[in-house]
Amino acid sequence: MIQMIRNFTSLTTTLTKGPPLYFGWILFLLMLVIIGANTYMEQFNDGLIVTAMRDQVSWGFYIANFTFLVGVAAAAVLLVIPAYLYNFKPIKEIVLFGEMLAVSAILMCLLFVTVDLGRPLVGWHILPLIGKMNFPSSLLAWDVIVLNGYLMINLTVVLYVLHRLSIGKEYKMSIMWPIIIISIPWALSIHTVTAFLYNGLSSRPFWNASIVAPRFIASALCSGPALMILIFQVLRKVSKVEITDRAIFKIAELIAYCMGVNLFLLGAELFKEFYSGSVHLAPMQYLFFGLHHHNTLVPFMWTSLIFNSTAFFLFLTTRTRHNFFALNIACLLIIAGVYLEKGMGLVIPGFIPGTLGEIYEYLPSRAELLISLGVWAFGALFFTLFVKFALPIYTGEKRFTK
Amino acid sequence: MNINRRSFLKGTAAGLAAIGLPVSKSHASFWESFFQKHYREMTDNEKDEVVKRLEVEYSAKYGKNFDVATTKPIDGALFGYGLDLSRCIGCRRCVYACTAENNQSRDPQIHYISVLRFKQGEKWVNDLEGSDKYYDPETVPEEGHFYMPVQCQQCENPPCVKVCPTQATWKDPDGIIVVDYNWCIGCRYCMAACPYGARKFNWGEPYLPENEINSQTHYLGNRPRLKGCVEKCTFCVQRTRLGKYPACVEICPVGARKFGDLNDPASEIRYCIEKKRVFRLKEDLNTLPKFYYFFAT
Repeated sequence: MIQMIRNFTSLTTTLTKGPPLYFGWILFLLMLVIIGANTYMEQFNDGLIVTAMRDQVSWGFYIANFTFLVGVAAAAVLLVIPAYLYNFKPIKEIVLFGEMLAVSAILMCLLFVTVDLGRPLVGWHILPLIGKMNFPSSLLAWDVIVLNGYLMINLTVVLYVLHRLSIGKEYKMSIMWPIIIISIPWALSIHTVTAFLYNGLSSRPFWNASIVAPRFIASALCSGPALMILIFQVLRKVSKVEITDRAIFKIAELIAYCMGVNLFLLGAELFKEFYSGSVHLAPMQYLFFGLHHHNTLVPFMWTSLIFNSTAFFLFLTTRTRHNFFALNIACLLIIAGVYLEKGMGLVIPGFIPGTLGEIYEYLPSRAELLISLGVWAFGALFFTLFVKFALPIYTGEKRFTK
Repeated sequence: MNINRRSFLKGTAAGLAAIGLPVSKSHASFWESFFQKHYREMTDNEKDEVVKRLEVEYSAKYGKNFDVATTKPIDGALFGYGLDLSRCIGCRRCVYACTAENNQSRDPQIHYISVLRFKQGEKWVNDLEGSDKYYDPETVPEEGHFYMPVQCQQCENPPCVKVCPTQATWKDPDGIIVVDYNWCIGCRYCMAACPYGARKFNWGEPYLPENEINSQTHYLGNRPRLKGCVEKCTFCVQRTRLGKYPACVEICPVGARKFGDLNDPASEIRYCIEKKRVFRLKEDLNTLPKFYYFFAT
């Protein structure tokens, strides 16, 4: 342990060396983080009134981003299963980067929840022992546990594997196996619990549908891995890491299946709501066609639907899947499509129409956009530095002797 | 014990000076409120201390002597509410009497009662989309319309309490759902869970004009609120625990509002439930409101 800390500390110097592009990227992200932090101070002083949220729509852009990112974090499991359970070599070599992405995504999730709090200074009230955590009654308490647990699991795996690599050894399966076995259901649990957070509220018919959790998982397994495909291509351009086309194509194939399931579940949901046409149709009506002449989200939802279906066919067809131009377009489409669907498209219609029938149309304010951009930039910065730190060990440039 | 706690607070304050959080002596109460315990975990002595601190704080802020009570529920009482829809004329006097009594922020404006206006013959009860809560005619009642005021229904099975991640809100033995404003972290999960739109959030710093303050307050009721905390109707806990009517009941010019102890067979509310045809809002959700609507005529 001490040896690991000493070795890793000495490696931090690699963070200060790199081509101009690296420093440009870091500076760019830092700038966004500073702008975000500055805007957050404004929100901290004046209150959440600087957002566009109000009593009628009491959760908005922050919680939408949080929900999307839980999906990204959970998606690491799509690499973990073929890598460790099926010993699929091409993916086994890159699974570590998926886990690093999961760690970064969870950090962003925690930040998004924190910036959404009205009284962040007393946020410790939610913790067990020192606070008064409402466990097991509140699903938010469950979320605190599963998200932090997932963060710990992934951080442990990444640091342990890197440590073994850095002293020129393979990881011990006796240590890794139990962690992997826990991490697979745990990854599914973070997204299930987050879905249940909405799902359990009988006051909001749009969320109170059993299909919410399965759809959460299906869509998460599209957007997260798509993001990874893009990152892997950047990674093999700017570093000596070898990532085979085979690994990328395998991930793309898995995305196709998941999007197929997601679209099927969406179809099942749309059928039930529109065919039965009860009063609970209202939020769905609002999303896709507008309600009583209110239609702010309509263009976003159709965009999302078109993006997701187009991407589905691009991923499904072997010819387009194996063509990097088409593949990258498909990845961008699916990330944007799921971002709209699982973000604003999930959170906002829960509140429209409101419980007393009121319609308050919501779009994020300037402050919400800047603060969210800052959180994203922080996540990207953390991921970049984490990868930069791991690369010399990964490629074998750096080895420590006992 | 007390000295230990104070010196601990001082040490923490010194440590945090570096990151620019309030440390001067005048900010001592900031740290006391930061480390304040959950209301239900305080001993009576601790409650007294907190109340004293709050009274000083509020008096300094509003230039008026404050009373912050911690009156306990009346033994054996379970409060219920009745609203006679055939009488309500939609005048909203209840809305403003409530605001004056309960010290809600005037800017941004917070109201506990939403009076919904419906067109006669149109959908209501289970589909509230046709309601209008911003109606603004010269005089009420308006021809062809009727009104339904909605406020916290004090559910026996409250979804808001179930979801609160910090147990900052709970149901007291007299059936009232209360909030410890100092313990609330402002996550607004309860607002998503409430089927009646009863919970309100302090999106900005609450503003109360000095001449409109009600200085007779209860810790769990109408004491001044904090920026970023959730609040709600408590059936005027500061009044009802002393045997008085809620402010909305007292102000109602047509006597549409009834209030009393559900456990007392002789109470007005029990009379209404037993003699009138009552219904409760959104009964399909099984929240079991203690707020009964009825038509007396």
